[in-house]
Amino acid sequence: MVANVKDKAVIVGIGNTKFSKDSGVSELSLAVQAVKAAIDDAGLKPSDIDGMATFTMDTNDEIEVARALGVGELTFYGRSHYGGGAATSCLHQATMAVATGMAETVVVYRALNGRSGHRFSGGVSGDITTADAIHWGWYMPYGLLTPASWVAMFTQRWMHNTGVTKDALFEVAHSTRVYGANNPAAFFYGREFDRAEYDAARMIADPLQLFDCCQESDGGSAVIVTTPERARDLKQPGVSVRGVAQCAAENQEQMTSFYREEFAGIPEMETAAKNVYEMSGLRADDIDAAVIYDAFSPIVLWQLEAWGFCGFGESGDFVKDGALRTDGRLPTNTHGGQLSEAYIHGVNGIVEATRLVRGTSVNQPAKTVNHALVTSGVGIPTGGAILGRMD
Amino acid sequence: MTTEDLKAFEDKIYAFVGREVCPPTPAKDAVNGAMIRQWAEVIGDTNPAYTDDTWAATSSRGQTIAPPAMMYVWGQEGFAVTTGRAPDAQSELVNLFNEHGYSGVLGTNVKQEYFKETSPGDTVVMAMTIDNISERKTTGRGPGYFFETLATFTNQHGEKIGTQRFKVLKFIPQEQPAAAASEETLQVPTRIASPRGHDNKWWWEACDAGKVLIQRCKNCQTLRHPPRPMCGECQSMEWDSIESTLEGEILSHTQIHHPKIPGYQYPLICAVIKLAEGTNFMANVVGCEPSDVHIGMKVKGVVEQVDEKTMLPQFYPA
Repeated sequence: MVANVKDKAVIVGIGNTKFSKDSGVSELSLAVQAVKAAIDDAGLKPSDIDGMATFTMDTNDEIEVARALGVGELTFYGRSHYGGGAATSCLHQATMAVATGMAETVVVYRALNGRSGHRFSGGVSGDITTADAIHWGWYMPYGLLTPASWVAMFTQRWMHNTGVTKDALFEVAHSTRVYGANNPAAFFYGREFDRAEYDAARMIADPLQLFDCCQESDGGSAVIVTTPERARDLKQPGVSVRGVAQCAAENQEQMTSFYREEFAGIPEMETAAKNVYEMSGLRADDIDAAVIYDAFSPIVLWQLEAWGFCGFGESGDFVKDGALRTDGRLPTNTHGGQLSEAYIHGVNGIVEATRLVRGTSVNQPAKTVNHALVTSGVGIPTGGAILGRMD
Repeated sequence: MTTEDLKAFEDKIYAFVGREVCPPTPAKDAVNGAMIRQWAEVIGDTNPAYTDDTWAATSSRGQTIAPPAMMYVWGQEGFAVTTGRAPDAQSELVNLFNEHGYSGVLGTNVKQEYFKETSPGDTVVMAMTIDNISERKTTGRGPGYFFETLATFTNQHGEKIGTQRFKVLKFIPQEQPAAAASEETLQVPTRIASPRGHDNKWWWEACDAGKVLIQRCKNCQTLRHPPRPMCGECQSMEWDSIESTLEGEILSHTQIHHPKIPGYQYPLICAVIKLAEGTNFMANVVGCEPSDVHIGMKVKGVVEQVDEKTMLPQFYPA
């Protein structure tokens, strides 16, 4: 039985900082800029915020953000774990808080100096003996240290089992970059990109090459979630959370779930998808556009399968038919995704999914977007949400 | 040296940028098997593509090739160099540095790019210019300038076979603190070790002793890896272990190209291996070409010392 919080929380404000490779400011500065931008977008005041949700990986304590912004009392603060798996988990936290009345107006934020500060591509290492450090210890001595290498291990097996080729990975990488080239906020703004450049780029971890990988970025993103009653009085058209779910599946590890009977798949996302569909009463056919977490190109393909847009192993043909393009079946990552806008751990994706429903994406599809999907990072405990217009 | 003197000196050295060190000059000897064999012996490169005519005849190329890294060898001066060499732009530049106190010399790096192969009978033609000179730098060796020569190699048909950039630091030698020099010990980086806690220390200690163990539930006999404090099947916290035969089959693999972490040997292959006992295990595959590694490949592991501090199971083709 799925707890039903359908349409009990509404996104009313969105905000991004400038994205860069060297922000020159603290992560706290980025966090408060992003939150302030979202508050302004909603037409609220900082003192209207009474809840906060962010990532365990975020370095910006809620109380620091609150003091810097001049937010008063907080009656809800909850963090979500597992890297990019937390993106829609924060929305999940905010939705539950608003739906239960634990808070009225919750801001979801994530801010990081992901390029000039700690870079994920630098790999993990273990100085402290936590369960987490011990987990990475099964891989560190062998040199399997980076997100790209973990995803590569899944990708190699998935390509082997399905016969999907690099042509499909390229289509994911290319479609988002075409979107990014048209987005002034994106790293790829105005940039040409073609198959020759994709093929010529350096190998990172077989079969992933440079352009299969996202943009390490400095920046922040935030969204404001409140009740439908409150949302009706605010500046922007409300974007309702139709369904949201998180899931850690059986035998789950962080990025290294190599111990399942078959590891060419993401069962945690299949469960999250099933629960979101059940909660919202919607099906894959009802989704008009999507923001699918794209730290690496192949993970978009697995998610298309997990959310039922096509069958297992069919995502290659699905995308090669142009499905992700602006006039395709499922315009996806219209901001350029994390492959070409910026990597803000998926929260810039929630911002874009909100824009798609509002009808304000820089690459807004011609068709009406009644429902947009947004997802979290995969290979880890993950989740997703379907957003729609507030009735 | 006053600012004006420095400016005058820099004007002189920067005038060398773009100057020809040698015009296109054919090597005295054509590419030949004898020199290839000697070079390969010294380097310890046993690739049959270089030295085994019979093998090479059956290869896609149909003949042996010269090791690409020998490109610069063909045009190098022989014994004649001991009686001095004819002046050229590079020696003039070096003399100019020496006269102004920049007498120290340190070759800092060589970068070669290859475009086309050569085989015995081909003639390598080399041309060289002074490509660039840095601004004045403060280095650990003393203040100085980096200059880089660019050699371009072509074959007898005028086709470009490669380039070589050779960077040299010319510097004013500084007194090195004697104590620091003698106390300096070479620190060779080692692999990042796993932290060891209650739940995994026993496993790594067995590995240090040359064994790979698999945790086993004492109650229901279920094997589990990585080790955990409780059995997921029956919730028993009683466990022992068995020693793995390290026979297995590759389920997936990746070659790690970037970033390269100090302490690891590349090419580096990581693979998920299904062990004969039934548990999956992530480790390195060694002892074969990266391109030979494939899903379904049978492998056999052995615990080896991989660096000064680290014992690890390494899997070889079975």
